[in-house]
Amino acid sequence: MNPALVIPALAHPSRMAAAFIDSAPNPAAPIATPWFFYGLAAAAVISGLLVITRRNAVHSALSLIVTLLSVAGLYLMLYAPFVAGVQIIVYAGGIMVLFLFVIMLVNIERVSKERQFNRIWPVGLLASCALLALFMSAIQKGKSLFLDRMVQLPEGTNTQQIAAALYGETGKMGQYTFAFEIASLLLLVAILGAVIMTKKKI
Amino acid sequence: MLTSTINAFTSYLGSPLPPGNAGNQLWALIYVLIIFAGVAVVVLCMNWIERKALAHFQIRLGPMRVGPHGLLQPIADALKLMLKEDIIPDEADKLVFWVAPLIGLVAAFTVYTVIPFGPSQAVSDMNIGILFMLGVSSLGVLGIVTAGWASNSHYPLIGALRSSAQMVSYEVAMGLAVVSAILMTSLNRTGTGTLSMIGIVQAQQQQGIWFLFKFFPLGLIAFVIFAIAMVAETNRSPFDLAEAESELTAGFHTEYSGLRWSLFMLAEYAAMIAVSAIAVTLWLGGWLHPFPNALNGPAWEFIFSLFPGLTFGALALFAVIGTVRMPSHSFFRIQRAGLAVFALLLAFIALLLFVIAILGRNPDASIAARFREGIDYVYWFMLKVAIFMYLFIWYRATWPRYRFDQLMKVGWKVMLPISLGVLILTAIVGVFVS
Amino acid sequence: MVPITTLHYLVVAAALFVLGVVGVLTRRNVVIILMSIELILNAVNLNLVAFSRMWGNLHGQVFSIFIVVDAAAEAAVGLGILIAFFRNKETINVDEIDLLKW
Repeated sequence: MNPALVIPALAHPSRMAAAFIDSAPNPAAPIATPWFFYGLAAAAVISGLLVITRRNAVHSALSLIVTLLSVAGLYLMLYAPFVAGVQIIVYAGGIMVLFLFVIMLVNIERVSKERQFNRIWPVGLLASCALLALFMSAIQKGKSLFLDRMVQLPEGTNTQQIAAALYGETGKMGQYTFAFEIASLLLLVAILGAVIMTKKKI
Repeated sequence: MLTSTINAFTSYLGSPLPPGNAGNQLWALIYVLIIFAGVAVVVLCMNWIERKALAHFQIRLGPMRVGPHGLLQPIADALKLMLKEDIIPDEADKLVFWVAPLIGLVAAFTVYTVIPFGPSQAVSDMNIGILFMLGVSSLGVLGIVTAGWASNSHYPLIGALRSSAQMVSYEVAMGLAVVSAILMTSLNRTGTGTLSMIGIVQAQQQQGIWFLFKFFPLGLIAFVIFAIAMVAETNRSPFDLAEAESELTAGFHTEYSGLRWSLFMLAEYAAMIAVSAIAVTLWLGGWLHPFPNALNGPAWEFIFSLFPGLTFGALALFAVIGTVRMPSHSFFRIQRAGLAVFALLLAFIALLLFVIAILGRNPDASIAARFREGIDYVYWFMLKVAIFMYLFIWYRATWPRYRFDQLMKVGWKVMLPISLGVLILTAIVGVFVS
Repeated sequence: MVPITTLHYLVVAAALFVLGVVGVLTRRNVVIILMSIELILNAVNLNLVAFSRMWGNLHGQVFSIFIVVDAAAEAAVGLGILIAFFRNKETINVDEIDLLKW
C-alpha cells in the first residue's frame, strides 16, 4: 500500500484516538455474517431486476428504494456508516421522493399501457451481456490484483475521518476541500438549471 | 443456558454504554421491547390527552362516557378500529396499498433505536446517530406518498403530491438547523464534533450550556426553525395540507379504514415523539436536568430525583379531586369507583418512585442507586418531550391552516435563508471563540 | 462458509451495473431510464467503498460521497428536463424525443 494515499488521521492511531471525544471501548465483534451479505446482495440484485422490468413506474421506484437500502446495508458491512447514512438520507429520502413526485405529476395511465421496450432492445440486451462477460472475465483474470484481506476500518471514528479528508484538520486544507467546493458549485448549477427548465415564466 | 442468560443479564448492569455498544444483545432486545410497548402506550395516552385538551380549548368536555372522564376512550377506539371492516378499493394497487402504512410505521419506529433516554438508556449509540435519525424519519414520507398514489383516487393523490413537496422543502431548512447545532458540538479542546446522539448531549454537559442558549440568539433561532420544520415534517396542523379534512376529506388516507388507518395514526404520533426527541437532544440537553452544572452535588441530586414522584403525586391529586367533584348521583357510582382506583394506582406509582429516590440517594453502585439514576434520566427526557407534544396540540387548536403557496413561500423564502444565515454566523462565531 | 472478500462485492456491483445498462438501453420510459442511471451510480459507489475497505483508507468513501452529490444534481436536472419536455409534447417516451426543435 502506498503510504502517501493514507490520510494523516489514519496513519497516526494515537492522534485519532485523542480526537474522538466519546471514545468507546472496542465493542463486541461484528455479528454480520456472510449470510447478511448474501441476503442483502440478493435483495439488491432482485429488486434491481424489478426496477428495469416493471410496467408501472411507481413499482420501479419502490423497487429502487429497496435496492438503495440494501446497498446501504452493504456499506455498513464495509465499515462505511457515514456513506450508508448519506445514502439513506440523500437517495432514499430525497431523490426517490423527487422521483415519485415527478411520476405522479406526469400522466402515467397511458404510458403503462404502451409498449415498454424500444425497438432495438435485442441489441441493447446483447451489448449488456457482452459488458457482463467483460466484467466477469476482468474479475476472473484480475483475481490476484484484488487482495483477499479486508481491513478492519475503525467504525466509530468514520465520520470524523471523512470530515478530516474533506475539510482538513485544524489549520490546513484537506485533500478534498477544493473538490468539495467544486461539488457545491455543481449543486448550485443544478438548482439553477432545474428552476429555469421547470418554471414557465421567469 | 439459564445461568448464561442470567450472567448476560447481570453483566450489563452498571455498564456506562448503551447495550448495542456494550455488545449485550439481550439488553438491546429488552430495550427494544420496552420502547415499542412504551411508544404504543404513549400514543394511546396522547390520543386521550389530545381529545381532552382540544375540547377544553374550545370550552367543551370531550369524551366523558367511556370510563371516568373518558379515560378508556382510546382503548374503545382501538378496539373499534381493529374490529372494523378493512376496505381495499377495487381500483387500488393492492400490493402498494397494503405496504404503504407499514413503510410509515417501520420508518417511525426504527428511529427509536438511537434516541438517548439516558447515557446508557438507549438501544444503540451509533456514530452517525443524528444522520440516521433524519434519514430514517424522512423515509416516513414514502409511506404517505405511496398510500396516496395506491388509493387511485383524486384527493389522496393530491394529498400525496402536497406531502412530498412539503417534506422535501422543509427537510432542507431542518437539516441546516441541525447542522448548526452539530457545529456547536465541535467547540471543545480537540475541535472534533460528533453526530452521535449521546455524544451531542454529553457535549452540552461538557460545555455547561444547552445549545438553545449557546451564542444567544443563534441557537434559539436554529431551534425555532427546527421547531417549525418538525411540525411540517410530521404533517400536523397548521401544516397538515396532506390530510386537510376540509379541503381533501382526509388527504392521503381517504381510502383507508380500520386497522390500516390506525397504523397511519400510530406512525404519525410515533413520528411526532421522535422529532420532539431530536429537538430535545439537540437543543434542550436531552436527559440532563435543569442547570446540571450549577445545581449539582448530592443534595441537589436528591431534590431533582424527587420530581418523578412529585409528578405522579400531582396526577394522583388531580384524580382525587376529580373523584370528589363527581356528582353524587347513583348513575356515577361505577365511574367514581373507577377514578378512585386510578388515583390509587397513580399514588402507588408515586410512592414507589419516592421509595426508589430515597433508597438510591447515595450515588454508589447499588441497584437502587442505578435505578434512581435511570428513572431520573428518562423522566427529564420524557418531560421535555411531553412539553413538545403539548405544543403540537396547542398549535392544532390555535392556528389556521396554511395555503399551499404560502407554505412553499415560507419554506423556501423565509426559513431556508434564515437557517443558512444562522449556520454561517454560528461557524464564524465558533471560529472566533475557539 | 467462504469469508466475504472484495471479489464478492465486485460481482454484486457488476450485476447492478449491467442491470442499469440494460434499463438504459432497452426501456422507453424516461423516468425508468433515470432510475437505471441511479442503479449504475450505485454499483460504482459499491465498488469504491469495497476498494476503500480493501486498501484500508478513506479515498473510496469520500469519492462515493461526491458521486452521491453528482447523482442528486443529475436527478434534479434530469427530472427538470423531463417536466419541461412533458409540458411541451405530452409524452415521456424516449424514442419519441426525436426532434431538435418544435
